[in-house]
Amino acid sequence: MKLDTKLIVSSSPHIFEGEDVSYAMRQVIYALIPTTLAGIYFFGTHSLLVIIVSIVSAVAWEAISLLIRRKSLSALSDFSAVVTGLLLALTLPPKVPLWIPIVGTAVAIILVKQIFGGLGNNFLNPALVGRAFLLISYPVIMTSWVNPIRTIGNELTSTATSLASTATPIVSTATPLAIDKLKISGYNLPSYFHLCIGDIPGCIGETSVLLLLLGGLWLIYKKVIDWKIPFSFILTVFVISILFGKDPLFQILAGGIFLGAFFMATDWVTTPLTSKGRIIFGIGAGFLTMMIRIFGAYPEGVSYGILVMNALTPLIDRSFKPRKFGEVKK
Amino acid sequence: MKFSTFKGGVHPPEKKDLSKDIPISKIPLPERLIIPIQQHTGAPAEPLVKPKSYVYKGQKIGDKQAFVTSPIHAPTSGTVKRIGLYPHSSGELVTAIEIEVDGKEELYPDLPEKVSWENLSPDEIRQRIREAGIVGLGGAAFPTHVKITPPSEKKIDTIILNGAECEPYLTIDYRLMLEKPELIIQGLKILMYVVGAKKGIIGIEENKKEAANLLRNYTDRDIEIALLYTKYPQGSEKHLIKALLNREVPSGGLPLDVGVIVNNVGTACAIAEHFNTGLPLISRGVTVSGEGVNSPKNLDVLIGTPVSKLIETAGGFREEPGKIIFGGPMMGVAIYNLETPIIKGTSGVVVFRKKDVKYYEPMTCVRCGRCVDVCPMGIIPTAIASYVEKEKIVEAEELGALDCIECGSCNYTCPSRRPLLQWIRMGKAEILAKKRK
Repeated sequence: MKLDTKLIVSSSPHIFEGEDVSYAMRQVIYALIPTTLAGIYFFGTHSLLVIIVSIVSAVAWEAISLLIRRKSLSALSDFSAVVTGLLLALTLPPKVPLWIPIVGTAVAIILVKQIFGGLGNNFLNPALVGRAFLLISYPVIMTSWVNPIRTIGNELTSTATSLASTATPIVSTATPLAIDKLKISGYNLPSYFHLCIGDIPGCIGETSVLLLLLGGLWLIYKKVIDWKIPFSFILTVFVISILFGKDPLFQILAGGIFLGAFFMATDWVTTPLTSKGRIIFGIGAGFLTMMIRIFGAYPEGVSYGILVMNALTPLIDRSFKPRKFGEVKK
Repeated sequence: MKFSTFKGGVHPPEKKDLSKDIPISKIPLPERLIIPIQQHTGAPAEPLVKPKSYVYKGQKIGDKQAFVTSPIHAPTSGTVKRIGLYPHSSGELVTAIEIEVDGKEELYPDLPEKVSWENLSPDEIRQRIREAGIVGLGGAAFPTHVKITPPSEKKIDTIILNGAECEPYLTIDYRLMLEKPELIIQGLKILMYVVGAKKGIIGIEENKKEAANLLRNYTDRDIEIALLYTKYPQGSEKHLIKALLNREVPSGGLPLDVGVIVNNVGTACAIAEHFNTGLPLISRGVTVSGEGVNSPKNLDVLIGTPVSKLIETAGGFREEPGKIIFGGPMMGVAIYNLETPIIKGTSGVVVFRKKDVKYYEPMTCVRCGRCVDVCPMGIIPTAIASYVEKEKIVEAEELGALDCIECGSCNYTCPSRRPLLQWIRMGKAEILAKKRK
C-alpha cells in the first residue's frame, strides 16, 4: 500500500441526496407536460407557438442577464428559466400575439429574478409578475378568449356558441368565471365534466383540472412540493365559496386554482420555509383569490392572491417558526 | 407495525449489506501502535512513560488528575519508541506514544483482580471503569465514569443502550449484539446498578431485527428490547430518548435532566468485558467498509493501530481511493494520512473510491425548506447558515445554532448543495468562543 496516497478531505456529511435543484425543476416540467399537451390539443398550434416562444425567450433573457452580470452560463442548467417560460405561457390566453410572451418573460426573468440576484433571491414569483404586468399593460389582449377547437365527449352544450364545428374554430368567448361573475348573457356555464377535462375557454394551461391534478400529485409523490400549500389553498377557496353562497365545486374547478395552487403557490423561492407557514400561505392565497373573485374588478384572482402572499412570505417566516426540540416554555 | 421514532431525519442508503453478515475477526498484531493522549472528550492524558521504557499489555501509560478525562493504556507489550506529534482523526497533529510491538503479549502483572461486580459498591465500579479507560464507544468518546456520576439531585430511572447504529455502512454494533449479547446485557445491568436505575432499554432500528430477537433471550423483567423506525439520526441520544420514552431533553440540557443515561451497546460490552478479564479498554470493534475496499470486514482492533493495517486486512483498496472516513459518512471525519491510528471513538473506517467522492459547487438557497423539514432539532438550518455566512453571530445564536447536533441531515438533503453544516459548525465555534471571553 502506498502510504503517500493523496486523499480528499472535507467536512461531513460525505454523502448527499441525489435530488438537486435541476432535478426538481425537471420534475416540474414533466408534471406540466400533460396539461401543456391538453392546451395544445384544445386550442391548436398557435398555443404551441406561444409556449415555444415563451420558453426560448425566457432562456434567452436569462442568458443575457447572466452575461451582463458576468455570471457563468452554467446557471442555465438549473432549468428554472425553462420552468418560468413554460408557466408564463400556460397562463396566457391561447391567441395572444407572439411578442406577448417575449415581453412577459423579459419582465419575469430580468426585472423579477435577475435584478434581485437570480434564482433564490427573487421575492415574487417571476411567471406571475410577468402575467400581472401583461394583464395590466395589455388588458384587451390578455382577456380575449377563444373556444377550444376540439372537445371531448358529446357536443359542448355548455356554451352557446357552436364551437365544435371545424369551420369556425376561432370564436371569441368568455371564461366560465367571467360568465359567472359578470352574468354575461347568452352563455351557459360548462358542466363539471368539461371543467375537469378542460375543453372550455381559458388560459392555455389552466383549463384541464384533471391533468393539473395529475401533475401536482406527481410532484407531491416525488417530494418536490409540499401538499400543504395546494391543499390549504383549495380547501380555503371551497370553504369561502360556501360561506358566500357560491357553488364551491365550480369555484375550485373554474379558472386557475389548480394551476396556481399546485404550480405557482408551491414555488420554493417565494413561499414560506416551514410547514406551519405553508399552511398560512395556502389559506391566505385562497382567501385573497376569493375576495378578488367576489368583490374585485377581475373575475379571476389567483395570480394576485399568490403574489400578495409572496410579498408576505418573509413576515410569515418570521412569525411561524418550527417548534424547537427541547424548547423550554418560558 | 409502527415503530417509535422522532420528527425529522433522512433516509440515506443503508449500505449495511456490505459487511453485516461478516463475523468480527481479529487483525494480526501490527509492528507499531500510536496511542494519542487525547482520545476522549475532556482533558488530555499526560504520558506516564518515557521513550525506551518497556510497557506491558494493559499497563497504564497516560493519565491526568482531572474529573473529565480518561487514562490510556498499552494495548500490547513492547517498547516506547517515541513520544511526539502524530496524525489524529481530529485532523490535527496530537501528541501520541508510539510503541514498537515485541509480539510477546506480556500481560501487566499489576492488573486489577477479577472480581464479581455484584460485590462492589457503585463508587468502586465507577473507579474501576475510570481506571480501565472506558469511554463512550459510539463516537463522541465521553468518559463513561463521568456520565454515570450524575449530580445527586438528578434521579436516573432508565438506562438506554444505543443499538440504533443509524450511520450508513457501520455494522459493528450489530455484530456485537449478535456475537456478544450476554456481555451487552451484563454491561447494561452494571450500569443500572451503578446509578440505581430501575429500567434498562436497548433501542435497535428495525433493520436489525435479528439482533433484537437474539437479545430478547437474555433479558429479564427490568430490561426491554425496543425496535425503532430505521431513520437517520435515530442514534442521537436526544432522539433515542424521545422515541423510546417520549421525553424531551431540554435545550442546552443533558439526558440526565430527564432521568436518563444513554450508552452505546459497545460501551456496555466493554464494561462487562473489563469485569470479566480485568483488562482495560485496549481494543474495540471497527467496521471497515465502503466501495473502496475489496472485502469489507468487522474487526477487533487494538487501539493505536494505523488505519493502513485495517485496510490491508479488508483486502486493500479496490481502486484509487478518494476519501477515508473515520466513523460513518454522515458524521465521520475524513482523514488525510494512512498512518492515522484507530482511537477509542473510531467505530468505523469507510473508504470511498475516487469516483464516489462527490463535490458540488454550492448555489444560492432556493428556500425549498427541506433542511427545515428534516432537522431533528426543529431549527432553521438555512437561516442560521446564512447568518453565519454574513458574520451575524448573535442572530445565528438566537435562532438556536447551539441546539444543532451536527447530524448533517440538512446538508445531506439540500438541493442547492449548500455546506449548511459547515457554516453552522463555524457559527457554533464562534458563539462558544465569545461566551468563553
